[in-house]
Amino acid sequence: MKVSYQWLNEYIDLSGFSAEELAEKLTRGGIEVDGVEARNKGVTGVVVGYVKKKEKHPDADKLNVCTVDAGQGEDLQIVCGARNVDAGQYVPVAMIGAKLPDGLNIKRAKLRGVESQGMICSAKELGLNDKLLPKEQQEGILVLPQDSEIGRPIVEVLGLSDEIMELDLTPNRSDCLSMLGVAYEMGALTGQQVKLPDNRVHDASEQAADHISVSISAPEHCTHYAARYIKGIKVGPSPLWMQNRLIAAGIRPINNIVDITNFVMLEYGQPLHAFDADKVSGGRIDVRLAKPGETLVTLDDQDRRLEPHMLLITDGEKPVALAGVMGGANSEVTSETVNILLESARFDGGTVRKTSRQLGLRSEASIRFEKEVDPGRVIPALDRAAALMAVYAAGLVTEGVVEAVTAGVSPVTVKVSLSKINGYLGTSLSSLEVKTIFGRLHFEYEVSGDDVFEVRVPSRRGDITRDVDLIEEVARIYGYDNIPTTPIEGASTPGSLTLPQAIRREIRKRLTNSGVHEVISYSFTAPERTGLFPALAGNVYPVRLSMPMSEDRSVLRTSLIPHLLEIAGYNRNRKNDNVAVFEMGSVFLSTEQELTRLPQEKHRLAALLTGSRTDAQWNVKTAPVDFYDVKGMLEAVFDLLGISGKITYEAAAPEHWHPGRTAAVLLDTERGSECIGYVGQLHPDLQREFDVADTYVFEIELSPLYEVADFSIVYKALPRYPAIGRDIAVVLEKQVEAGKLTVLIKETAGDLLESVEVFDVFTGEKLGANKKSVALSLVYRNAERTLTDEEVTELHGKVVTALEQSFGAELRK
Amino acid sequence: MKERLEALRSEALQELQQVADPGQLNELRVKFLGKKGALTEILRGMGSLSAEERPVIGQVGNEVRGAIEVVIEEKQLIFQRQETENRLREETIDVTLPGTKPAAGAVHPLNKVAQELEDVFIGMGYTIAEGPEVETDFFNFEALNLPKNHPARDMQDSFYVTDDILMRTHTSPVQVRTMKAMNGKTPVKVICPGKVYRRDDDDATHSFQFNQIEGLVIDKNIRMSDLKGTLLQFVQQMFGKQAQIRLRPSFFPFTEPSAEVDVTCVQCGGDGCRMCKQTGWLEILGCGMVHPRVLEMGGYDPNEVSGFAFGMGVERIALLKYGIDDIRHFYTNDLRFLSQFARM
Repeated sequence: MKVSYQWLNEYIDLSGFSAEELAEKLTRGGIEVDGVEARNKGVTGVVVGYVKKKEKHPDADKLNVCTVDAGQGEDLQIVCGARNVDAGQYVPVAMIGAKLPDGLNIKRAKLRGVESQGMICSAKELGLNDKLLPKEQQEGILVLPQDSEIGRPIVEVLGLSDEIMELDLTPNRSDCLSMLGVAYEMGALTGQQVKLPDNRVHDASEQAADHISVSISAPEHCTHYAARYIKGIKVGPSPLWMQNRLIAAGIRPINNIVDITNFVMLEYGQPLHAFDADKVSGGRIDVRLAKPGETLVTLDDQDRRLEPHMLLITDGEKPVALAGVMGGANSEVTSETVNILLESARFDGGTVRKTSRQLGLRSEASIRFEKEVDPGRVIPALDRAAALMAVYAAGLVTEGVVEAVTAGVSPVTVKVSLSKINGYLGTSLSSLEVKTIFGRLHFEYEVSGDDVFEVRVPSRRGDITRDVDLIEEVARIYGYDNIPTTPIEGASTPGSLTLPQAIRREIRKRLTNSGVHEVISYSFTAPERTGLFPALAGNVYPVRLSMPMSEDRSVLRTSLIPHLLEIAGYNRNRKNDNVAVFEMGSVFLSTEQELTRLPQEKHRLAALLTGSRTDAQWNVKTAPVDFYDVKGMLEAVFDLLGISGKITYEAAAPEHWHPGRTAAVLLDTERGSECIGYVGQLHPDLQREFDVADTYVFEIELSPLYEVADFSIVYKALPRYPAIGRDIAVVLEKQVEAGKLTVLIKETAGDLLESVEVFDVFTGEKLGANKKSVALSLVYRNAERTLTDEEVTELHGKVVTALEQSFGAELRK
Repeated sequence: MKERLEALRSEALQELQQVADPGQLNELRVKFLGKKGALTEILRGMGSLSAEERPVIGQVGNEVRGAIEVVIEEKQLIFQRQETENRLREETIDVTLPGTKPAAGAVHPLNKVAQELEDVFIGMGYTIAEGPEVETDFFNFEALNLPKNHPARDMQDSFYVTDDILMRTHTSPVQVRTMKAMNGKTPVKVICPGKVYRRDDDDATHSFQFNQIEGLVIDKNIRMSDLKGTLLQFVQQMFGKQAQIRLRPSFFPFTEPSAEVDVTCVQCGGDGCRMCKQTGWLEILGCGMVHPRVLEMGGYDPNEVSGFAFGMGVERIALLKYGIDDIRHFYTNDLRFLSQFARM
C-alpha cells in the first residue's frame, strides 16, 4: 500500500510530523513503512504554459516552433520535437534555469538556428512514472487539462511536493489497506481525531429500485451486495487532483467513473465496481457460482473458462463480472455510458483468493477481498462514490440503496482484565492508562468493578477476536520499548545437547582437525542423481516435490555423495584439484511411490577425497590420495566413538563403486552384523561422467552409531613387565586379505598377544605372479609376569604354523 | 736425567703449540705421555738413581707430565669448541621458509554460527530439539494457528510433496512436537535448529534452503518482559555487552503479541552505516508470546501457562557476523570460501 502524506493529512492532522517521522512512528507501532519517497524527483522552474501558436521549424521537418505564454509577461519561443504538441494546449514548460530529474539544466539554446527559450516537458522528463499515464501522454509531451492556471508551478499542479510511504503490511492488518485505516492507526499513535470523508448523497426523487434489483444465490460466498443507480453521467477525465492521488498510489487513471471507484477503494478499503447499467439486462443482479462450461470475456479481453467454484455477478442469465476479481467486457463503462450500476459488496475472501490465484489475476480489489473487507464500510463507501459521481460526472444519484444481505454481522466483544494485561506483559499499567489506550484506538468498552474491560471491537479490526489480541493492542500503543526487561522466574534448568548432536559435533571437530572441510549442500537434487549408488539408497522411491522450481531440484536426495561430487567438480574447475570434504545431513527415503506418511529421514556422514594428500610445498612431496586415506578417516571416526572393535570391512562391489577397491562397512550390533555404509573408490566410469580424477568416498548411517557410541573411558594399567616383539614376513596368494591374517593370528596367539600390526606389504617378480609379501609385527606380553623367550618362541611357532596351514603362507627367511 | 726431562717438556710444549687438529693432538699425547711414550721412557731409568735423587727426579717427572697434560686439555677444549662451531655453522637453515603445518579443515560457517548460537542458549538452560525436515501440514501449519487458506500462509510459500506433506517452512513444527512430547509438563525450554525450505528465487539475500534456530519457553507466568530479558541476554552474549535490542510490533500467526527484533548494528555500533541503512539497527529475529491456540493444540491450557517463542535465520546472522555479501556462497562450497573459516 502506497500512502500519500498529503492525502493522509486530509483525514488526520499531520502537522508536527514530517513524512519520515510519520514513517518511523508507524513502523514502531507495527505498521512497517518500507520507505519514503518524494514524488518530486528534482523538478524546479517548470510552470504551466499555454501554447498560443505552433509553426513548422524552417530547417527541420520534425521540429515545431511554439509560442508559449508561461505567465512571464512576455511570450516564450520554444522549439519542440514532440509529435503531439499543438496550439491551444496547456503544457509543462521548463523555463531557462529550470532543473529536471535526469540532471538536465535548461539553458538558452539554438536548435537548428532557431532560438528556444525553454523546453516543453514529457511526463518522463518530469520524473513521473509514465506507465500510469495514457499512451498518447507517454509518447509525447504531457498535456494538462484545459482549466489549468498559466504560470502555476508544475510541482503544485501535479502534486509533486508530496511524499509517498510504502507500507509493508502484515496479513492481519488489512485494515491499513485504506487511507482511513492508516488514519485511525495514526490517530491511535498520536491521540489525534480522524476526519471522515463527506459521503452525503443528495438523493433524487426517482427510486433506484425502479431501475435495478439485487439477489444472492450463493449466500456462503457473498454476505452482502449493495448497489446504487446513478443516472445521466458524463464520462470524461477525472479531476487532476484525483488523478494525482491515484498515480501517487500506483493506479492508472482511466476516466472519472473508474477513477472514483478506485479513489474510494483507496479511501475506505472497499473495492467498488461500476457497470454500464444499460448493458446489464433488466438492471438485474444475481450473485451465483459459475456453471460448468461457462465463459466470460473479462475487461482485459481474455476469454476466461470459468469453474464451478468461481463466484459470478450475473444479470440473472449470463455473467457480467467475476466477483471481486475483474469485470466483464460486456458491461464495461465506456465513453458512451450514461447510467451506472455501482456495486459495493462483501465477497468471501477464500473464494476470491482461489479464483484470482487460478486465473493469475491479482488486482487491488482482489487483494482487499481476499483479506475480508470491513462489513461496516460497504454502504459508506458506496455512498461516497455516488456522491463523487454526482460532483465529478454530473450524475443524478437515484433514491436508495438496493441490497441483499445473507448474513448479518454481529459485533465482536472481547473481555480482558487489567491483571491479565499486566501479568502477560510484565507491566504495571493502571486502569486509566488502559482506558486511554482503548480510547485512542476508538475502541468502545465498559469496565467492571474488578477492572475487567469488555471491549466492542470496531468492524474494521476483524483481526481482534481474543484477549491476547487486545493485549497486543495495549502493548503496541503503550510502546514495546516501555515494557520492562526481566529474567525468567522459576526453577533454572540445565541446558544440554542431545547425544546425537554431541556426537555430530565431535565428528565435525575430528574431521576438520584432520584437514577436511565441512560442506553443506542442497537437499533437493535432480531425479537422475537418485539413481546413483543404489546400495546407499536402498530399494526405495525418491521423494518428489509436487511443484519443483526446476527439474534439477525436483526430488529429495537419497545419498550425500552426488552433491559432494558436484562440489569436487566445481572446485576442480577453479583449479582446486585437491579436495577433502565431508557433509553430515539427511537423506530421504520412502517405500511408497505416493507418500501417505512421512518418508524416512536418515542422518548420514559422507566424505570425499581426491587429488593429493597435501598441497605441494618446498619440503613436502605430494602424493595422491588413495583408498587407505579415506578408510583412515572413517577409522578415525570409529576410534573417536570408541566403536572400532565393532566394525569390520568386507570387500564389496556395489553399483557405481570400483569393484576392486570398495568395502562394505559392517557394524556389530545386538541385532547382528549390519551394513551401515560403504567406503571405496568411485567406479572409473562415474569419475569420467563427473569429470573428476580418482576419487575416494564413504557414506555411512549415523543413527546406528548414536546407539552404540561408547564415551566411557576406562583406564588400563600401564604394563609392569616387559614385552617381547617378533616380526614375521610371509609370502602368500595376493587375494588373501591382511584382515584375515590378523584375525587368525589373534585367535591362535590368544591373550598373550598384545598387538599385531601390518608394517609392510609388497608384490614383485621375485615373489612370483599373484603372490605378495606381508610383514607383521607381533608384540607378546604377560601382564602378570615376565615372559620367557622359550614361551614366546613356542607360541610364535604356533602362529607361523597356523598361517602356513590356513593360507599356504611361506615364511620369508 | 733432569735435563732430559726439561728438554722433553720444552720439546712437548713446542710441538703442542703447532698442533692443528684433534688427531694430531692425540698422536702427541701418545708420543709424550703414552705407555710407550717419551716420558715413560725417561722415567724408566729411575732405577739407576740414588735414593736421594729418586724423589727429586720423580717430582720433576710429575711436573713435566702435569704441564703437558694442561696444555693438551686446553688444546682439546679449543678443538671441541671449534668442532661445535663448525657443526652449528653447517646446520644453519633458512628460518624464513614456511613450516610444515598439519592440515586444517573448516567447520562450515553456517554450522559454526549455529553451534555458537546453540552454546549461548545451552548456557542459558535450554536443551536442543530436532525434528524431521519433511513435515505434515498439521505440524507445519495447522497446529501453529495457520489453517488451510489462511492468508498468512502466503508469507511462506511452500514446497509440497503431497496435499498433506511438505518441506517444513520453519523449525516451529519441532516446537509443536516438543510440546506434544512433554505431555503438558513444564517448564519447556528448547532451541530448535535446522534446515527449512521456502519457495524463493535464489539471489544474494534469498535461498530456497536455509537454516533457522527457534526457541520456545513455556511455564507458569511467563511474561513478555521475560522475552525481552531473554533476548537482551542472548544478543549481548552473541554480539557483545554494548548490544541493545529494539522490538517492533509485527505479526506471526503463532504468537500474540508478536514482534520483530532489531539489534544494534554490528558494523557501526548504532551510529548508522551502509549495512544498517543508516538506522543504527539490524533486524535479526522475530518473536512473540505463544498464541493460546498454539498452546491448546500443543496440549497446554492457556489459562494455566503462558510462553514465548522466537526465531532467527542462521544465514542472516552469518552474513552479518562475517560480512559476507552473497548467501549463495554458503551452498556453493568453494574451498577458497570454506577455508577462511578454519580458525577460531
